[in-house]
Amino acid sequence: MSILFELFYTFLKVGLFSFGGGYGMLSVIQGEVVTRHAWLTSAEFTDIVAISQMTPGPIGINSATYVGYTAAMNATGSPAVAVAGSLLASLAVMLPSFVIMLTISRYFMKYSKSNSVEAVFRALRPAVVGLIASAALLLMTVENFGSPTESTMQFVVSVLLFIGAFVATYRFKVSPIVIVIVCGAIGGLFYGLAGGCWWFAGGN
Amino acid sequence: MGIRLLKLFTTFFKLGLFTIGGGYVMIPLIEREVVDKYRWIEKRDFVDLLAIAQSSPGVLAVNMSIFIGYKLRGVRGSVAAAVGNVLPSVVIILLIALFFNRFREYEVVNNVFMGIRPAVVALIASPVFSVAKSAKIGWTNVWIPVLSALLIVAFGVSPIYIILIAGVGGYLWGRMKGGEA
Repeated sequence: MSILFELFYTFLKVGLFSFGGGYGMLSVIQGEVVTRHAWLTSAEFTDIVAISQMTPGPIGINSATYVGYTAAMNATGSPAVAVAGSLLASLAVMLPSFVIMLTISRYFMKYSKSNSVEAVFRALRPAVVGLIASAALLLMTVENFGSPTESTMQFVVSVLLFIGAFVATYRFKVSPIVIVIVCGAIGGLFYGLAGGCWWFAGGN
Repeated sequence: MGIRLLKLFTTFFKLGLFTIGGGYVMIPLIEREVVDKYRWIEKRDFVDLLAIAQSSPGVLAVNMSIFIGYKLRGVRGSVAAAVGNVLPSVVIILLIALFFNRFREYEVVNNVFMGIRPAVVALIASPVFSVAKSAKIGWTNVWIPVLSALLIVAFGVSPIYIILIAGVGGYLWGRMKGGEA
């Protein structure tokens, strides 16, 4: 049962310390879930981001729900505990928001314009840029891209897909859903065909 | 005028269900429902709430739901709005979590995700540059993101410490400058 407590505490921290929207949040979630607790591999974490892009709702909630389920399932093997874990993690990530938003609503409606808050954000905003960069860098793993020496074909295809997706989103503002679907289709077709050819050629 | 809790719940439930992607996609839709359609709050108030919600920690869409729910119906309103907002995602992701690991065993699914993963990394890398623009990164402060990323990636420092240090550092720096003036 200690896994439930761990999940609750971890996502409480995520809810309390993530600034700067969904992508800024990813870095904190990754730091806790992949680096610190190793509840997910970097490939699984990337898959959740992909799923989040295609399903309704904010990434913070999506990853809390998914990680809560997966971590509790891996720790106990019980689907009931896993469902409890996912609900608990989702609740925990929202809880600091309740406390902070309600406190502000009641007492500090004017605080956002104060000089100290402005000063804090002059340093916080640039730091969030670094956080997002670190999330991207930490996901450039062999699991996500293939290995340049051992699976050269996958590595080359991955780098091409990365460059294509980057240009599409940054330069041409293509919707993330379209990018995920197109790259998924390319992966399915290409690796399907490549696997087929290899199989016909006598591999197994 | 009392807005029924159920109405708040269903409005935010719909917003949660029909916005695919992150919180930033949801904000204009929340505005359309809450400001234009139902006239629950005024445009000027909405802009103020958004500014505060963006500079607070946590999930942006949740922060906005809590704010608006509270303004309309107090604490119970905030719970109705926020729970309504996240319920669709929680249910959908739970269903995916229940079945996805079984899908993973299929070769096709694996192939598809091998194509998706590098693209997702690109989707995460791209806002580095757009956020950098809005955070006004220049020669005087570019060391902050570079040092933050370096500490996290090369030295395994938790992003939470980076946030804490940046917040406290910015505050102290602001006081120092304020004291001089």
